[in-house]
Amino acid sequence: MILDIIINGLITGSTYALLAIGFSLIFGVARIVNIAHTAFYMVASYLIYSCIQKLGLHPVWASLVAVIVVTLAGLVSYKFFIDPIREHEGAVLIATIALAMAMQEILLLIFKGDYLTVPSLISGYLSIFGVKVFYQQILTFGMALLILAALWALLMKTRLGLAIRSTAEDREVANLMGMDESRVAMMTMGISVGLAGLTGVIIVPLTTLSPFMWMNPLVMMMAVVVLGGLGSIKGSFVGAYILGFAVTLVVFLIPMGAYLKDSVALSIMILVLVIRPEGLFGVAFEEER
Amino acid sequence: MRKITFGFSVLFAIFCAFTISTPAWGADVIKIGVIGPMNFLQGKGHWNGALMAQEEINAKGGIQVGDKKMKIELVKADSNEFMNVTDATNAMERLMTQGKVDFVVGGFRTEAVLAMQDIAMDYKKVFIGCGAAHPELCARVAKDYNRYKYFFRGTPFHSGNLVKTCFIQMATVGAILKQTLGLPKIKVAIVAEKAMWADPMIKAAEGFIPKMGMEVVGVWRPSATATDVTAELSATQRSGAQMIFTIFSSSVGIPFARQAGELKVPAVQVGINVEAQKDGFWEATQGYGNYVETLNTYVRGVEFNELTKPFIDTYVAKFGETPTYTADTYAAILYGIVPAVEKAGTIDSDKVVSILEDSVYKVPGGNVKYTKTKDGKHLHDLTWGPGYTTSLGAQWQDGKMVGTWPPAHWTYEGSAEVTYKGIVPYKIAPWVIDYYKK
Repeated sequence: MILDIIINGLITGSTYALLAIGFSLIFGVARIVNIAHTAFYMVASYLIYSCIQKLGLHPVWASLVAVIVVTLAGLVSYKFFIDPIREHEGAVLIATIALAMAMQEILLLIFKGDYLTVPSLISGYLSIFGVKVFYQQILTFGMALLILAALWALLMKTRLGLAIRSTAEDREVANLMGMDESRVAMMTMGISVGLAGLTGVIIVPLTTLSPFMWMNPLVMMMAVVVLGGLGSIKGSFVGAYILGFAVTLVVFLIPMGAYLKDSVALSIMILVLVIRPEGLFGVAFEEER
Repeated sequence: MRKITFGFSVLFAIFCAFTISTPAWGADVIKIGVIGPMNFLQGKGHWNGALMAQEEINAKGGIQVGDKKMKIELVKADSNEFMNVTDATNAMERLMTQGKVDFVVGGFRTEAVLAMQDIAMDYKKVFIGCGAAHPELCARVAKDYNRYKYFFRGTPFHSGNLVKTCFIQMATVGAILKQTLGLPKIKVAIVAEKAMWADPMIKAAEGFIPKMGMEVVGVWRPSATATDVTAELSATQRSGAQMIFTIFSSSVGIPFARQAGELKVPAVQVGINVEAQKDGFWEATQGYGNYVETLNTYVRGVEFNELTKPFIDTYVAKFGETPTYTADTYAAILYGIVPAVEKAGTIDSDKVVSILEDSVYKVPGGNVKYTKTKDGKHLHDLTWGPGYTTSLGAQWQDGKMVGTWPPAHWTYEGSAEVTYKGIVPYKIAPWVIDYYKK
């Protein structure tokens, strides 16, 4: 059983990490709470389905189309819905909720409520110490590590990354130093939504598509980000695996309460918030008076 | 200015009088509300079945009610009950107040139907439930007859009988497993979605499965909308289960069947998987749902009686898919409400109820006879058993859904024999055979 818990925990944590990293990035840099983040992941999933099932495209091409289209959609959304009201965080929150619900209703109109699936990028499974694991799940785990590595390289080794880090540290000073803070935020939004699209590519073969599929991951993603520390990518990564293992433990140790796994994850988040409000890796700050 | 104001006042008064008197023009129609989750297949089944009934009735000129003919008019209401019970109650309230319906059919999720039932009873409208299985819906009729007498169960039979049918099917499949694989005792894992209708079934299963000579090795309760159940599947495989008793009505049935098939979990799936009742299940599971067995009402090629094939064929021709059990709004209207109204000679709910509750009538799924408690109180629940409604065991075999239960000449506790046309033998998944033959 321990091996089952370890392997399933790693897989579940990878899924949460993929979603949380993109969300954490845009919040950390531009202080945008993008509730529509998982809705973009949903749109990418439906695009992949449509490209494969309706247009007959190869899954790789379908994935490319989905990521590009969703990234562009994210940039357009930012330009017209978020940028004009960026100074008002409450308004941004409401606007992104509205955006998510609009995407839900549009998909409901087009696809109805029927549950859909897409074939795996790599079908079949592997037995690791007696535990059966899908190749797709191994891909998810690998991609989570790869994306984190790529993000680290982008943030630490490129000029864009430098601009992003500077803006995250202090928007006003970054502006004064000649960086176009708004442009940096827009590019960060594009990267964040692109990550959501990439998450859709990797996870969608493991899930069932429905126009309401954005809600449950949103709750878990928020829990991961809050647990790890708002704005901390490292925190999101660690928080994802903590909750991934917590959820897996519930399934194995309390089978009758398997449906409670999300509640347990949220309870852990609340506990951490009570003890350490800034999260595991977040930075404590005091409000300016 | 005064003349203009006076003129507008007169026009307004005429308009109001016109509006109030208009409903009298609709007096020759019987309005039937069809309520269900209309964006999902269950709600579409509700609507499509009702539509078929309406077209058949109106094609014949309508229903004879007393000395006049009245046509059927359907009023659609989206309960959105998968997402929000409040939406369901609002939809029912609108049917009553704005739709001004005379009868209601539909409903799916028990949590929502319990609430919708109260609203229909407030307005004293006959409501035939076509989807929810909890016994409480009809227990209320016996507990407070004067208030709840307007409710009847159309489909499915209550969860106690659902689980009884499942047990009989499990026993049949268990015997096949023992004989084919040489297993001394069958180990059963119960996997039931977290929903109200499943609760009494789990309790019954835990008590009864050991009496059938099988062993319960664990109970897992994933969320009804879970999309990844690999952890649960790993756990059930670790438990050594050779049979998985599934109790699913929601989307979890798809990932469970798909992932179990893809991982080649060495256990057969028997029970209820509503998603597996749909034609789209094969595509939704990417073909990995092979050998999944589920309780089902309608399977192409299987006939309960002479009404079954015409109903299925017409439904398939019109809507391009096999009807699920929620399409029994067709039977509820055509064989339940309509004859009761014609016999009563009125659409008055009390008179229709008194006729309907003592009726025994044939439907495409069997024969309907409403039950009573041991002390003679009306329950308005469906009688289960050979000669009445039994449903079918349906299995996916190589892309096609076939009927595998009941076997020919089946009897139950001394009943008459029943044989349904079109039943074929049950098949065990080859990977299960390979695993246990090793």
